Amino acid sequence: MAHAEAHLDRPGHEDAHAEGQQHPIRLYITVWVWLFILSAGSYMVDLLHFQGLLRWGLVGTLMMLKAGLIVAVFMHVAWERLALTYVILVPPLVLLVFVAIMALEGSYTEWMRLVFM
Amino acid sequence: MSETTTNRPQPTLEPGFRGAVRDWASDQRSFKTASWGKAMMWIFLVSDTFVFGSFLIGYMTARMSTTTPWPNPSEVFALEIAGAHVPLLLIAIMTFVLITSSGTMAMAVNFAYARDKVKTTVLLLITALFGATFVGMQAFEWTKLIEEGVRPWGNPFGAEQFGASFFMITGFHGTHVTIGVIFLLIMARKVWRGDFDTGRAGFFTARKGRYEMIEIMGLYWHFVDLVWVFIFAFFYLW
Repeated sequence: MAHAEAHLDRPGHEDAHAEGQQHPIRLYITVWVWLFILSAGSYMVDLLHFQGLLRWGLVGTLMMLKAGLIVAVFMHVAWERLALTYVILVPPLVLLVFVAIMALEGSYTEWMRLVFM
Repeated sequence: MSETTTNRPQPTLEPGFRGAVRDWASDQRSFKTASWGKAMMWIFLVSDTFVFGSFLIGYMTARMSTTTPWPNPSEVFALEIAGAHVPLLLIAIMTFVLITSSGTMAMAVNFAYARDKVKTTVLLLITALFGATFVGMQAFEWTKLIEEGVRPWGNPFGAEQFGASFFMITGFHGTHVTIGVIFLLIMARKVWRGDFDTGRAGFFTARKGRYEMIEIMGLYWHFVDLVWVFIFAFFYLW
């Protein structure tokens, strides 16, 4: 976490190059190219008519890879202190519980409709 | 800040999980290296995650519980280009446009911290232009679907809930992009005028402008791109 320590002496520090989140432009371009490749990959899943588990697995994996790159590099979470990182990444995990509850509810409703409609 | 304070050795921050516990248990500010502006933007973005999360979960529930087949997004969003039938073409272009705008935004943040006014302004304007392009393409997509008879209460392709989910989710996302474009233009003007060099106070606040505001604005913009990643996967590809 060398970066975090450099961050600390910011007040009164006049050297602009040591300030804030500065990373080589090259890193951003690499991530950008990867996001292009991953997006093209998800588009190909649809073009090639992949179905079933293969389709959902690929769409889900490519989605998480893209999200991870954006959050870690573009939003600089990789360089933040863990005290902030946990505040950002842990609460959204609760949404997975919500997804599970509503998936149960959704399939129950569908079953009721199939039986009684 | 006086000379003596500046020269006093700073306490070293512990890394890892122990460091996170120490930061939170320090009886001081918990975010040792992030400014309050950044921390508050993150807290807003986490709350916005729950808003979009709820929309997507609502869409999942509607799609799972309907007994009518869901319209095939691959076909609904297909375009006829010179007689050729290309599925999801517009959506793919929109995805690339938004990713590119995220790339230019990240570079704008970099040049902002290097205090390069010209490059920062130009990159912010390019980002805003890509954002406006995205909203324009979305307006085209909405028009096409409305002309084909898609309504929030029904459509000719299948399950009735399709229209409500589509207009709600993409409409809310498009609103975010539009607000982002307006913010980008305001920030571009501030950078160009040199507000962050002179520490000029903002319109609504007495606090001095800092180049960090570009990074905070960038967090919002990248978040809009992030939400699109999930909409693209769950709504258009699933």
